[in-house]
Amino acid sequence: MTATLGTGQEAGTPALDRAKLVVVGNGMSGARALEEILTRGGADLFDITVFGDEPYGNYNRILLSEVLAKAAGAAVDNEDADGWDPDELYLNPVDWYAENGITLHAGVRIVRIDRHAKVVMGDDGSVTPYDTLVLATGSRSFFPPMDGMWASRTELTPGVFGFRSLDDANGMLDHVADARTAVVIGGGLLGLEAAAGLQAHGLAVHVVHPTEVLMNQQLEADASRVLRSKLEDMGMHMHLGVKTSEILVTDGAVSGVRFTDGSDLACDMVVVTAGIRPNIGLAMVSGLETQRAIVVDDRMRSVDDDDIFVVGECAQHRGEVYGVVGPLWEQAAVLADVVTGADPDAAYHGSRLTTKLKVAGVDVAQMGVKGPERESDEFVQFSETGRGVYQTVIIRDGTLIGATLVGDVSKVAALTQAFDSRSALPEERVKLLFDLGSADDAASAADLPDDTQICNCNGVSKGDLVGCVHGGAETVSACMDATRAGKGCGSCKGLVREVVEAALGGAGAEDPADSYYVPGIPLDKPTLMHEIRTRELKSLSAVFATLAPEGREDVGSKMGLTALLRMMWPHDHVDERDGRFINDRVHANIQRDGTFSVVPRMSGGVTSPDQLRRIADVADKHDIPMVKLTGGQRIDLLGVPKEKLQEVWADLDMPSGWAYGKSFRTVKTCVGTDFCRFGLGDSTRLGIDLEERYKGVEGPAKMKLAVSGCPRNCAESMVKDVGIVAVEGGQWQIYVGGAAGATIRKGDILATVDSHDEAVRITGRFLQYYREQANWLERTYDFVPRMGLDHLIAVVVDDVEGIAAELDERMQEAVDAYVDPWAADQQEATPGQFHDALPMVPLPQVPVRSSEGAPA
Amino acid sequence: MTASDEAVSVRLGPVDQVPVGEGRAFLVGDEPVAVFRPRSGGLHALRAICPHRGGPLADGLLDDEVVMCPLHNHRFTLSSGECVSGGGVDDVAAYTARDEDGELVVSLVAP
Repeated sequence: MTATLGTGQEAGTPALDRAKLVVVGNGMSGARALEEILTRGGADLFDITVFGDEPYGNYNRILLSEVLAKAAGAAVDNEDADGWDPDELYLNPVDWYAENGITLHAGVRIVRIDRHAKVVMGDDGSVTPYDTLVLATGSRSFFPPMDGMWASRTELTPGVFGFRSLDDANGMLDHVADARTAVVIGGGLLGLEAAAGLQAHGLAVHVVHPTEVLMNQQLEADASRVLRSKLEDMGMHMHLGVKTSEILVTDGAVSGVRFTDGSDLACDMVVVTAGIRPNIGLAMVSGLETQRAIVVDDRMRSVDDDDIFVVGECAQHRGEVYGVVGPLWEQAAVLADVVTGADPDAAYHGSRLTTKLKVAGVDVAQMGVKGPERESDEFVQFSETGRGVYQTVIIRDGTLIGATLVGDVSKVAALTQAFDSRSALPEERVKLLFDLGSADDAASAADLPDDTQICNCNGVSKGDLVGCVHGGAETVSACMDATRAGKGCGSCKGLVREVVEAALGGAGAEDPADSYYVPGIPLDKPTLMHEIRTRELKSLSAVFATLAPEGREDVGSKMGLTALLRMMWPHDHVDERDGRFINDRVHANIQRDGTFSVVPRMSGGVTSPDQLRRIADVADKHDIPMVKLTGGQRIDLLGVPKEKLQEVWADLDMPSGWAYGKSFRTVKTCVGTDFCRFGLGDSTRLGIDLEERYKGVEGPAKMKLAVSGCPRNCAESMVKDVGIVAVEGGQWQIYVGGAAGATIRKGDILATVDSHDEAVRITGRFLQYYREQANWLERTYDFVPRMGLDHLIAVVVDDVEGIAAELDERMQEAVDAYVDPWAADQQEATPGQFHDALPMVPLPQVPVRSSEGAPA
Repeated sequence: MTASDEAVSVRLGPVDQVPVGEGRAFLVGDEPVAVFRPRSGGLHALRAICPHRGGPLADGLLDDEVVMCPLHNHRFTLSSGECVSGGGVDDVAAYTARDEDGELVVSLVAP
């Protein structure tokens, strides 16, 4: 079948000057390489033609096991279901090729490359010239030679399947309804996935594996044993250390398998997952160097031909052939850099593999080496077979070089970070696997004495909370409302929850309100945003009227909804001032005596004598009771009455520092390279640029950033919502989810980037994703662990969901919509906006200190 | 209107000086009073100072039923001044506010 799905150019305008790029292979590698090329302007450089021998657009092979497994659930839920919705499977549907001016020949197999004439020849007789050729031919299932496997030279015996393509998966789905027993040959990852998928269809499943170690590519023996017992608990039958010698055939179809020990096992179907073999036939007949796969250099070029590039499972780089998706992405990026000239010196240096999988419902994560290799390697091993948990770490010269986690992968993020960054490890190595709690952590909520203060802000004891439960409260939020526990800084919320749940006997009523974005509208954030977007609700009153029960306003929902509307409609939300907290109505921070504090912008913490003089003059002129440096390296003028705010802003003649909002606040910096003798990167410049770009951007909670010019971290970047650290080699490490406030948390490494601009861009994209996904008042230190570091890296850095460009665009919109509130509200927006709210009554005065620190 | 109302009532000028959905503070005699105009209509008046830690209630967010003090989020019903947010905070005094031909009139009597 040949489907020509795009012409590559407008009719009548032959692009004579464009080079011809041909991609052979339309799987995940080919498509990824193509996407990387397009993002580097490849559509303007090349006429692009793609050949794929499967008759589809390209699809996500990783999802095939879901195709197999999920169709089972659908069939149960819905009698009419005919299986999986293919739309979710495709990475790029056929339309995508046309939209990008790419000519796709789906169903055509390239049989030879004529490297002298620079053409590729298809099995349909076509001859297609190229200037640059990309081979992404991938790999295929390996079928070990055995009697009964094949019905003909090309056809498997009915009932025998590989597990490699969409056709394979669909073939199995057609077969399972009439089958009762399946044998899976090969206990690697793919085999176990297939086994789980078949089991979901109700088949009895036997896994046959030639060694005693399941998933022996990833796991060593002990880990494999734990996995095995979990799978057996789930009802799978394991035949380990056993080989299949023959497939038994009756009436032309599978009836069983025979093992090398002579025993037989009856079955209706056989799935062969005995490994993969790179597709290198085309390269071999065309005279390219092949060993296990096509040999490439660091630029992903065939070592024989500068015009032929290779990517993915068919590429052999420095002796390694990779069969997982991570390296493929790295290779595709390098290839695209070289091919498009975006970075002709780009080089691939091989990949460090980390795998995190759910194998038949069991979490497995593996990185680096499987076991100790040298006498001096440290090896920490923990096994709890009853619970099906097994964990190891391997350390060499103080660096994590390998880890395996089965059954409990809660530590995978921290381990991946240590593995990737080769960072320093705790003295007690076992802390890599466990949180060795202090005495506080060890004591469970139930054991605490009643007079223990749980909420330190509002002075609520354990006894108060327990009393509340005994008084009839059935949910955590009911207890929080009644006692105000957790309503101060919020850092005790987890403990409050534990205490209340313990008091409820561990079976507290499920509180649906926990999932609401704001308490007054019974919708979670994605649903709420969907409703707001589709109904085009642009004002707070419209949201309440349309979505709240009985259209009722709720005071506790106003701030959150206002922030959401401002984020969603940066240019045209309807500004209802009564939806804003007082801070956002007067652009200053309310203090305990009803006065306000004023913090002018001082980007990156850099100021000038002139600014300092002006601030000093304003403080003198308005009798500012206290002038203080903030934690974010700025100057705070405290104790300004509301009616004086506009005058103070005008006299300062500086922009607002946004010290008051649930918004981007400040970027703390160190000196960086300007004066510091250790500085590796210009942290001051980066800090200023970040602050100037993202100033005032609103979010679910405040966002505090920092940039450090070297790993000494003088700006404390590890404990910021986003913290950036210059490291050797002109790179910046981006940490996210750090905190040193009510909660203390070291940030996780989101990415290491090569340039200032990339640091600015990734920061913006992360913040936008946080703005869109985080719960109201959820700081990044809760958001990052909730979403999972791997997920964030995948979305924000690797763009697996393909939304990065949209995130960048929406952040740009927010940046474009910026208005300095101090300039904008120099005239009153509402009557009495700046009238004092506590007229002529002696206030509970804030004590004013002299510069010596003693109360004045 | 009775004679006793007359003695403690003060005309405070146009109702419009309190934006819809917000509160503003006034002095009525010696009493600081916060007047609120919820979006659902009507006028409400409470003593302007939160009994918890002296917060300025006129700066608080409100809905149709309660105002929330901006300092520690204690909530008081607009109609009666009852504290409904827990934590053992006293109620706040509620007064009568009305619109007389576009003029705001506050009386220091319970509504």
